[in-house]
Amino acid sequence: MENHIEIYETDVLIIGGGTAGCFCALSLAENSTLKVIIAEKANIKRSGCLAAGVNALNAHINRGETPESFVEYVKNDFNHVVREDLIYSIAKKLNKVTQKIEELGLPILKDDNGNYAERGKRNVKINGENIKPVLADAVSEHKNLKVLNNLNIVDYIKKDNKIIGAVGFSIKEEKFIAIYAQYTVCATGGAAGLYKPNNPKNSPHKMWYCPFNTGAGYAMGIRAGAEMTGFEMRFIALRCKNTIAPTGTIALGVQAPQINRLGQDYVLNHPENNTSTRLYATVEENRKGNGPCYLKTKGISKEQENELVKAYLNMAPSQTLSWYENNSFPSVENVEIEGTEPYITGGHSASGYWTDINRETTIKNLYAIGDVAGGSPHKYVTGCFAEGEIAAESIIKEFKPNKIEKLTEQELQEKFGKIGRFPGNTGSAISINLAEETLQETMDKYAGGISEHYEYSKNKLKIAKSELENLFELANQLKAEDFHELMLIHEIIDRLYIGKILIEHLQARQETRWRCYQENTGFPDRDDENWLRYVNSKCENNEIKIIIRDMVKKDEIYEHSNSQKQMHILW
Amino acid sequence: MSIQIHKNKCISCGKCRNVCPGNLVYADSEEKAYVKYPRDCWGCTACLKECPVSAIRFYLAEDIGGKGGFLYTSQDKKEYLTWHIINKFGKEETIKINRKESNKY
Repeated sequence: MENHIEIYETDVLIIGGGTAGCFCALSLAENSTLKVIIAEKANIKRSGCLAAGVNALNAHINRGETPESFVEYVKNDFNHVVREDLIYSIAKKLNKVTQKIEELGLPILKDDNGNYAERGKRNVKINGENIKPVLADAVSEHKNLKVLNNLNIVDYIKKDNKIIGAVGFSIKEEKFIAIYAQYTVCATGGAAGLYKPNNPKNSPHKMWYCPFNTGAGYAMGIRAGAEMTGFEMRFIALRCKNTIAPTGTIALGVQAPQINRLGQDYVLNHPENNTSTRLYATVEENRKGNGPCYLKTKGISKEQENELVKAYLNMAPSQTLSWYENNSFPSVENVEIEGTEPYITGGHSASGYWTDINRETTIKNLYAIGDVAGGSPHKYVTGCFAEGEIAAESIIKEFKPNKIEKLTEQELQEKFGKIGRFPGNTGSAISINLAEETLQETMDKYAGGISEHYEYSKNKLKIAKSELENLFELANQLKAEDFHELMLIHEIIDRLYIGKILIEHLQARQETRWRCYQENTGFPDRDDENWLRYVNSKCENNEIKIIIRDMVKKDEIYEHSNSQKQMHILW
Repeated sequence: MSIQIHKNKCISCGKCRNVCPGNLVYADSEEKAYVKYPRDCWGCTACLKECPVSAIRFYLAEDIGGKGGFLYTSQDKKEYLTWHIINKFGKEETIKINRKESNKY
């Protein structure tokens, strides 16, 4: 690999041009004259979670609801271990950002009176197939927003406990890139590919979460010593079997209950009907021999069926194709469902950077928004927009035109040397694919994957930990033939960092409550005394510290500077 | 693998290479697009919707219920997207979607 180098300077660097990143950029462009660079791993037109589209806006304050009732809902869905302050700040912005994306061109269904056609308490119906091109078009309208596509950011540049930019490489142009910035916003999304997926044989990437989001933002933060929260609250989705397409469209759209092979609505046996229970109940039915489980669609009208067929084309076309492939449609055959492998994502559960109310992380001048930011589950698309706006407002307020700090030429060369330390052609003990599969097998077996019904124990986690250490050594010997392979190697290394942190978090919460997300077999019962705390972590000199923090309430203003009194170190 | 690019139909416009969220599509020595990393396809169909000549097909691998059917898209006007779904017997069904119209569910 030849070392072509390019260096940029900007006021704000946004890493990741997805839902949160694009919206943050738009907010900055509309309300300031700051120069912004969006560093995107693929192309913002179709990158990240919403590449295929999205089925609904799931976080909106519908008629009769309030931001306060939204906070209550999220709090109850996760047994109160959430950052109420963060959720509340999102909730207050949900309807405003929804209006904004509609103005930008996202079609939202209206009723006869011109109001949004609401689905339940928090959803509005849309055609989300085009949501990324809509955002990308809006970004292209602003001359202060510069987009660098196909740029894989690998690490932050840190100086005196402050982030002053990031380094990476262009996958297609095969050159190393450094971007210096006064403020850096991490919006990379969460982490897929940690665990063995549902269809490992020929379709390993047929998964719920975007398989190209491999947790770079978490890993960069861990390596830079940022505090993380809630990794033990894994997220596992309940999906249509094989295609791993969404179930919500059917469940809410045509009011289809979950039934077992005996036709019983098995969720009724679980009074606590929350997101994780619907999954847990399904896993339990299968274990009892009452599987497979289905969404009961048999008997819906032809009109309803046609609308489902269309709706899936707009977000998960594989499900529509699957109905045609089998010549079996939802009105005549129920839709089989299954749980996915666990993911780490702060847009659905609470895993991610520990931030203050402005979404600034524990490292100066570094913000985190969207799926990579922790503490506020169920933020979905509109919550990510809201966080983009919150970070933008704070940056505009804080910004002072300072001289951009830089590394010396030698320091920069060392950084690039470290990133590109996997030259090809000489062969290695293990291939890139095998390293990925070994990581996923290990996590599956010893850290609660699908094959273990999501269960883990202290002993198993210990095995996982030592296996990951071995894999770290092997991964450092991997060889890259080109910059695409270099990206794949970094994606594996990032997931090893995340796996290490995840294991510590799983071990630290010694009870079982968020069923499936967290199934600690050594501690199957609830421990009310120690429950209402945040499990946080920090990596210092390659040692992981587990930090326990007290709860932050809805109207509290949480600042990192006055937070010392609220914590103790567990190990 | 879940997409297939027809080399003879490809006009080397580069649009599919640009939009793939996994950077999986590259150009061969004749500048024609091909899927360099078929194992890694998510099945998002972003490339199908970009292709101006309907050269890209999407199908399901056998392990997730694929039986030989496939789909592709065509666009006559910007606001309409037509999905062509062909089952294993070659029977074609088309569904025209107005991109400005919301889902009912």
